[in-house]
Amino acid sequence: MNDMTPTSAERAEKLEGMGCKRKRVEDVRFVQGRGNYVDDLKLPGMLYGDFTRSPYAHARIKRIDTSKAKAVPGVLAVLTAADLKPLGLHYMPTLAGDVQAVLAEEKVLFQNQEVAFVVANERYAAADGAELVEVEYESLPVVIDPFRAMAPDAPVLREDLAGKTEGVHGARKHHNHVFNWQIGDRAATDAAFNKAEVAIKELISYQRVHPCPLETCQCVASFDKIKGELTLWGTFQAPHVIRTVASLISKIPEHKIHVIAPDIGGGFGNKVGAYSGYICAIVASIVTGRPVKWVEDRIENLSATAFARDYHMTTEIAATKDGKVTGLRVYTLADHGAFDACADPSKWPAGFFNIVTGSYDFPTAHVEVDGIYTNKAPGGVAYRCSFRVTEAAYCIERAMDILAQKLGMDPAELRMKNLIRREQFPYTSALGWEYDSGDYHTALNKAMDTVGYKALRDEQKTKQEAFRRGETRDLMGIGVIFFTEIVGAGPSRNCDILGIAMFDSAEIRIHPTGSVIARLGTKSQGQGHETTYAQIIATELGLKADNITVEEGNTDTAPYGLGTYGSRSTPVSGAATAMAARKIKAKAQMIAAHLLEVHDDDLEWDVDRFTVKGNPERFKTMTELAWAAYHGVPPGMEPGLEAVSYYDPPNMTYPFGAYICVVDVDVDTGMTKIRRFYALDDCGTRINPMIIEGQIHGGLTEAFAIAMGQEIRYDEIGNVMTASLMDYFLPTAVETPHWETDWTTTPSPHHPIGAKGVGESPNVGGVPCFANAVNDAFGFLGSTHIAMPHDQWRTWTVAENLGLHA
Amino acid sequence: MIPGSFAYHRPSSVQEAVALLADLGTEARALAGGHSLIPMMKLRLAAPDNLVDLAGIKELKSIRADGGDIVIGAMTTQHEVLASDLLTQKIPILRETALQIADPQVRYAGTLGGNVANGDPGNDMPAVMLCLGAAYQVTGKSGERRIAAREFYQGAYFTALEPGEILTAIRIRVPATGHGYGYEKLKRKIGDYATAAAAVVLTMTGGTVASCSIGLTNVAETPLWAEAAANILVGSSLNAATVKRAVAAAEAITAPATDSRGPAIYRTKMAGVMLARALAHARSRAS
Ligand SMILES: Cc1cc2nc3c(=O)[nH]c(=O)nc-3n(C[C@H](O)[C@H](O)[C@H](O)COP(=O)(O)OP(=O)(O)OC[C@H]3O[C@@H](n4cnc5c(N)ncnc54)[C@H](O)[C@@H]3O)c2cc1C
Repeated sequence: MNDMTPTSAERAEKLEGMGCKRKRVEDVRFVQGRGNYVDDLKLPGMLYGDFTRSPYAHARIKRIDTSKAKAVPGVLAVLTAADLKPLGLHYMPTLAGDVQAVLAEEKVLFQNQEVAFVVANERYAAADGAELVEVEYESLPVVIDPFRAMAPDAPVLREDLAGKTEGVHGARKHHNHVFNWQIGDRAATDAAFNKAEVAIKELISYQRVHPCPLETCQCVASFDKIKGELTLWGTFQAPHVIRTVASLISKIPEHKIHVIAPDIGGGFGNKVGAYSGYICAIVASIVTGRPVKWVEDRIENLSATAFARDYHMTTEIAATKDGKVTGLRVYTLADHGAFDACADPSKWPAGFFNIVTGSYDFPTAHVEVDGIYTNKAPGGVAYRCSFRVTEAAYCIERAMDILAQKLGMDPAELRMKNLIRREQFPYTSALGWEYDSGDYHTALNKAMDTVGYKALRDEQKTKQEAFRRGETRDLMGIGVIFFTEIVGAGPSRNCDILGIAMFDSAEIRIHPTGSVIARLGTKSQGQGHETTYAQIIATELGLKADNITVEEGNTDTAPYGLGTYGSRSTPVSGAATAMAARKIKAKAQMIAAHLLEVHDDDLEWDVDRFTVKGNPERFKTMTELAWAAYHGVPPGMEPGLEAVSYYDPPNMTYPFGAYICVVDVDVDTGMTKIRRFYALDDCGTRINPMIIEGQIHGGLTEAFAIAMGQEIRYDEIGNVMTASLMDYFLPTAVETPHWETDWTTTPSPHHPIGAKGVGESPNVGGVPCFANAVNDAFGFLGSTHIAMPHDQWRTWTVAENLGLHA
Repeated sequence: MIPGSFAYHRPSSVQEAVALLADLGTEARALAGGHSLIPMMKLRLAAPDNLVDLAGIKELKSIRADGGDIVIGAMTTQHEVLASDLLTQKIPILRETALQIADPQVRYAGTLGGNVANGDPGNDMPAVMLCLGAAYQVTGKSGERRIAAREFYQGAYFTALEPGEILTAIRIRVPATGHGYGYEKLKRKIGDYATAAAAVVLTMTGGTVASCSIGLTNVAETPLWAEAAANILVGSSLNAATVKRAVAAAEAITAPATDSRGPAIYRTKMAGVMLARALAHARSRAS
């Protein structure tokens, strides 16, 4: 070596591995409009499908006449339930163990439910045909209000379940009941409340929302009659699961099904499940022998595909007079819509809602959830809805503020007093989770110091006095929250979907010249996997990230995995990536020892090479070892350098964060202005700080939209009132606040690289933070809880009810 | 979101357009910028068999002074309204309003004529035209006529335009120099129609209101001209009590629908708040 030899640090920097703000490699094609999405696919002879949907939320189908539709020039076929029934395909299994109608047979159960599928050689002809399918309905009474669903005289929604008193999650107590789920110690919790010095109780509802990905759900199905093989391109967050489900329900052997998810324009859980469009496109392709494309429009996406939330949580906290929490009790009514189409792990019908004790040291707690059917669209998958962490965080963070108000305590001080202490980790919560690591007090202190929390409270006090004197019509609110996430589903001992354990996978192949292809069981929808997985490999193996191709989404080439949702890619596939890399490294070490004629143990790893201990001038770089793997392996060793890892995580990971928001409210119009939003996230080891920041900006923007305006609203007869972007609030850059991001780093002790996952944290923590800020603005006037969304008219109504317009 | 089929026509003169509309009958519609009509067609709420595109008619695109009036061709885009020095100088409320319509993309395509002829109470320009006392020049098979904006709007999407007639220009009397103006619009986001909006044009002499005109957007089936409210203000110094009475008079003529912007009562109250703010703004600008 000479002076020109780069140092270890210089060599490490060149790799662009973990910790590097590496630019997203996928953006090169996205910003040039060269992404490859499902709707870009054009196959010879391809046909187009479109749905006739129900105008009613609940009605009996008396008659379907497809003759006019079939007469439209270009229309080749019209599928109805009558066509699917002989194939056993008029219902499909949901990921939650329920079934869902593919095409409605005797009844429709929500507005815009799929009734007929028109296939034509042109997109316009399909739409013309869909309009001409004549359906005679007899309307039935609807169930829209979840609190009326289990009334004794409530209309029977699911006639297909008649007489079924047992659901997949135990006894059903009413014809519109899906499941009852309980966890925790009821007796101990009741006892805590009986001797509580202070207690609060509030119905905290989280409205039904929709994540509204820019790209809607879509697919192209192509059945090759000669080979008996099906190729299915689609917007799939979990392509392997789609392949397995497709095989189970179509009886096509799984090896003859090729599922391909190309670039995806946002998923947010909306693209996890299986939709009628997929089944109908497959059947239509089998029937016609031609490829069939189905692309949803915006209205269909917003009104008929996976929503999120609709959780109604009656929440109680018991505490001492000086603000120590002593018990938590939550009873939840969960509105699942017409079918239970959640994608929760099968033991968890209410997801991980038992994370509801949040970041606080509750000695005891009890949670009960009743799932119910209503005449609304099925789903409950989106925005990590199947895991119910977002609902839980909103619930506990609102409740803590309500308790602080009752105690006359500052909400940040109340949190400080009850946060789990650093020395308590690993911490087992009253509802059974083992939190892996955390340093909550440091994070909250940092957040409060950075925003100047005390000065903000002083300013607020001055403003409140000015308001009382009539000198201003603005109210100032400060929202503080501390969230704990639970991600990385999940350990096989408690997580599976349809019996498939929720491991995930990575396969890494090193080419002779030292470049790499890695394939994973996950599927990016914008998260930047092509960039970040390469960074993990770069650091683990000392090969440049730029020389590593990351590929996902093709079930023929990628190892089996459960896909991307619930912030699980980094915790699970990221771990698999590191583990596969370590297998490769171990083999490379043996090759290096052979070439350097030393014992394996005499080598040490230095960034991108093995060096002989005490003699760093004798080394073999990983690139050299890659070449050697293909021509100079030790006797008895197989040539080649590749590995696959299926990673079954020992535990979930528990990212956390402290957020603070400052809002100004104009009481005369109900308009709100987010003056400041500060988000401190701790997601363990940070793989790419720039991507983390981007994920947080996106998630906070979603949280802002949810808290301040989003709502899938139904009128009393079940018409969905918010099925277009004219009515469903999607903020533009103008409305979106400025985001300040920050971090602490507390690695996960059980994850190979200490990373925890971050994609959903800002959505989880952001929503209660905005809500707490708006509530805080009105708190000094006696208001305790204001329901979301905090849009203008609702906020104005709060002021009106407080007499502020007199 | 796929429209039904239709035939497309592109005449190059008003005469040709009028003749086409007459020949094609009631299932033919004029097409201007398409930013109200085409969304309706995609939802199949409108299903015209024939579209007569006015984009090829040069004479419909102009902004010119004509004595004490300014005449704006119907096919002038909202962007062109924004870009016009003449309008900015003489009738600045048009610019203030146009800036609050949708977003730049919509304003490049959407026309002033389409905005006022559409008959949607959510459109912003009609209330401003009521406020300004504009007149619409229309041409049909039987010739030309002029309709006062204040008599044009009869119901939601229902106007004084006869079948086969097209709007060719909007004629506006230039408000007095030194007039104050304001267009205040409450909306939820960029691209949203008004929850409620108010247009005010007034003149002041020696601290009191000499003349005042008020238009209200999206708080009834049609845009509203709040004549009584304006009359209350004339002669006043715009003191709080008088403004309050005028606001109450304006609120009294509203009849908004409950929609996702809020319940009817809220939208009525917002019309009042927007009016109070527009008055304050107009007053601060009057000289
Ligand atoms: C996302 C979005 C947001 C919007 N937000 C707003 C808003 O906040 N405020 C607002 O005011 N508008 C808004 N608009 C509507 C926009 O301003 C339209 O451009 C305008 O309403 C219609 O003008 P146009 O030229 O596009 O007319 P078109 O859509 O082409 O026509 C509208 C109607 O008027 C008729 N018509 C058009 N021109 C004539 C004519 N010369 N003679 C006779 N009939 C005619 C047509 O036949 C049709 O019935 C929005 C539109 C979009 C897409």
